[in-house]
Amino acid sequence: MDTLALYLIAGVCLAWSYLKDRQKTRIALKKAFKAFEGILPQFLVVLILVAMALSILDTRTISLILGKDSGVWGVLAASLVGAITLIPGFVAFPAAAALLQGGAGVTQIAAFVSSLMMVGVVTLPLEIQFFGKRAAFLRNILAYIFSLVAAVFVGWVVSL
Amino acid sequence: MKPLLRRYATVFIAAAAFILFLLVLPVYQAKALQTITFQAETMLLVIPPIFVLLGLLDVWVPREQMMRFMGPDSGLKGGTLAFLLGSFAAGPLYGAFPVAAVLMKKGASFINILIFIGAWSTTKIPMLLFESSALGPRFALSRLAIDIVGIILIALAIKALLPEKEVARLYRQAEKFD
Repeated sequence: MDTLALYLIAGVCLAWSYLKDRQKTRIALKKAFKAFEGILPQFLVVLILVAMALSILDTRTISLILGKDSGVWGVLAASLVGAITLIPGFVAFPAAAALLQGGAGVTQIAAFVSSLMMVGVVTLPLEIQFFGKRAAFLRNILAYIFSLVAAVFVGWVVSL
Repeated sequence: MKPLLRRYATVFIAAAAFILFLLVLPVYQAKALQTITFQAETMLLVIPPIFVLLGLLDVWVPREQMMRFMGPDSGLKGGTLAFLLGSFAAGPLYGAFPVAAVLMKKGASFINILIFIGAWSTTKIPMLLFESSALGPRFALSRLAIDIVGIILIALAIKALLPEKEVARLYRQAEKFD
């Protein structure tokens, strides 16, 4: 549904551009392709890393880690799992809901969701390509620390 | 441009590691193959429209305009625009990096770029509705509230901690998109 909207927007813009200026549109597409090809090696590496990480960290393993009584260690583990994995939101949210019903703690789930979205360990090669090592590491470390703060906050609000 | 073989050297190494992984740990074989197919499909589906939009953005939006909207003197308005742009975007975080590069090339300020990345990573409006229905509005809204604070804090911290020279280097590197 997310992707469909993306295609619709891209399609409308492309059609509009083509009607206005064919030459410019051709240049735009050429640039798009060059940029895509330029980043393709990093994408492929990330793809392989993701496949390996996710095959080890399946839902069973994750739910084992995120139990209600897992406490601080559970929160830390949950945020680490979230930081490493790369799961689209439309898969992660129902899974998180199922885990909650299955007895996982709210703070643990919040830590998982937050770090899943903000921290990307396996996508680091890509991020470094565009933002350099320093900025990429800095952003991920700060985002990781923040995801723990966010988790505690969400856990507290939900418990009110 | 570097020769093709050298650019893809890391890919070959990763692919070799993956094959080794499949052979040494056959327990994970099915799961790993299933995951790689699924992720490849997602990436190949999401990436093309993003890059098409990037190309169009680069060709159609003049630098002066972007400078005015999101440049160093755009102030609060620029930050808000960066936040909304990231929040309404679709696709996983790795789609945001090339977009950020084009925005940088067009003259958006570094702090606005950081806000954009932060918003794209975590305050997606379409996803928010989905999160709210799956995990409850209390969960989703409190996360949204704290995330807005977090995005700004993280952006300010990175800007403060990253040397000017490195920022200038990133901008020079972003120029290469064409």
